[in-house]
Amino acid sequence: MKKQLRILCPNGALGFGMTKRESFEIGKATFPDFYCADSGSDDIGPAPLGSDQSSSMYEWQRHDLELMLLASREQGVPMIVGSAGDTGTNSRVDLYVQIIKDLAKAHKLPKFRLAYFYSEVSKDYLRRKMNEGVVVEGLDGRGPLKPADLERTDRIVAVAGVHPYIKALEMGADVIIGGRSSDCAVFAAPAIKEGFPEHLAYYLGKVLECASFCAEPYGAKESVIGTITHEDVKVTAMHPNQRCTIASVAGHAMYERSNPFYEYVAGGMLDMTECVYEQYDEKTCRITGPKFVPAEGKIKVKLEGAGKVGEKYIGIAGIRDPYTIKNIDKVIELARAQVEAMAAGRPYFLDFKVFGKNGVLGDMEPVKETKSHELCVVVEGIAATSEFAEQVTSMATRQLFYARLPEVKGTAGTASYVVDEMLRATPAYEWTINHVIEVDDPLELFEVHMIEV
Amino acid sequence: MKPAKLVDLAKTIRSKNAGTDKITFDIIFNDKEAYERVKASGRLTKETVAKLYNISVDRICDFVEFDPAMAIKFTIYRNRPSGSPGERDIFGCQQYPPLYDIEIP
Repeated sequence: MKKQLRILCPNGALGFGMTKRESFEIGKATFPDFYCADSGSDDIGPAPLGSDQSSSMYEWQRHDLELMLLASREQGVPMIVGSAGDTGTNSRVDLYVQIIKDLAKAHKLPKFRLAYFYSEVSKDYLRRKMNEGVVVEGLDGRGPLKPADLERTDRIVAVAGVHPYIKALEMGADVIIGGRSSDCAVFAAPAIKEGFPEHLAYYLGKVLECASFCAEPYGAKESVIGTITHEDVKVTAMHPNQRCTIASVAGHAMYERSNPFYEYVAGGMLDMTECVYEQYDEKTCRITGPKFVPAEGKIKVKLEGAGKVGEKYIGIAGIRDPYTIKNIDKVIELARAQVEAMAAGRPYFLDFKVFGKNGVLGDMEPVKETKSHELCVVVEGIAATSEFAEQVTSMATRQLFYARLPEVKGTAGTASYVVDEMLRATPAYEWTINHVIEVDDPLELFEVHMIEV
Repeated sequence: MKPAKLVDLAKTIRSKNAGTDKITFDIIFNDKEAYERVKASGRLTKETVAKLYNISVDRICDFVEFDPAMAIKFTIYRNRPSGSPGERDIFGCQQYPPLYDIEIP
């Protein structure tokens, strides 16, 4: 049995911003046992999943995959990438598999085994399960999944745990491209497969998933190396100026999560309540004491789904007239009424964001008095067709231009335009599913494929 | 002790999405004295935060003091999931500034 396993993570969101080379090369020179990275996020909003597109640039994705692939093939150690192309949909997995094939050809790499798995779940599958009486439980305060919410969903991914990755490694994969996955599973899987305890393996994943975000001073896209033994996890910053400290590692345990103590994955829960952090050496923090509580009964797999709401346009209007600023609520009310009259019952969504007043926080803004000498109003209009969405947005934005309150002395136009047109946005989507489903076999949703490249 | 503002006592004050339905806030200190002072002050609690942001207390789903990181952390439910129609802050990362002015005795 191995005494320790070392995993290099080059980037906390592969492809989203380019991996920095210097710290990667430093890490590579220490010959890690695995190169692993997560490439996904639900941070980017529902549109990429719904419309099945990456939010990352293709060139950056290719750049980051190239760094990892060349290091992995040169040193003969495996490489794992999870949640391909931001969303982990089937098309994004295919995209990454193709990039790997192209890179192998371009660099004339010797033959290797590439495993990949898909994460998409069909609406039919969920409909069937729900008809059989399976309750698709809601997360984060949501109720059980309703048939209506399923029907308005365009695309669904299941979030894989370690299972398909372990399976792929057992099949002898040199490179693994995964569909949507728990970030930490990408790192925990190789450690579990090599016989390290689950509680340390999941913690290793948790601390490595965002790469240098667990180091200080702040610097993104820098490599870190996590080392797991049978007793502890150590994490070391590779950049010459970065260190993993107690504060930076413990601080990272809180990042982007509602609670710093618990992390849920398919198969159980990582409990970090009793974690002990120690400064091991200048650049390394040592962690002991995490616990893993395996799921009781059937394994629950998280589902993410997005559905289209409509076509979207954005209008922008600047306001400098002090009287209009003072009466901005009234002006907006008048504009709303005009749009409502025009729509004559046709459904639409209209929102005004008044920057300079409460544009960022909306109703949560505690500053009630507007002191700005100018405002920027961003008008958001959504409707079933792009023609009507444009009309709604245009009508609303024009009304800000024609807002001739009696006291306003400027009678030629009451808004300044950066462009005299409505800007077409990516269609509006909504997160329709944030739920979990019970499965008999955790591999049932994630079939692993193997090809030779 | 002279009253101080939270912004002058904390090292980091930030907000960020925690999944699709929540926004989480972190207030991190680099000195134990300041951390303990804020904890003991009673000025940063579920109730004070709810009042500051004009939301009901039950929209705050977590409120924890996290000693290893010398941090106070709370999480709120969004009105609608991130990126929905009407969105103002897709990443939830500009929701923290009102915390700056909380006065700590």
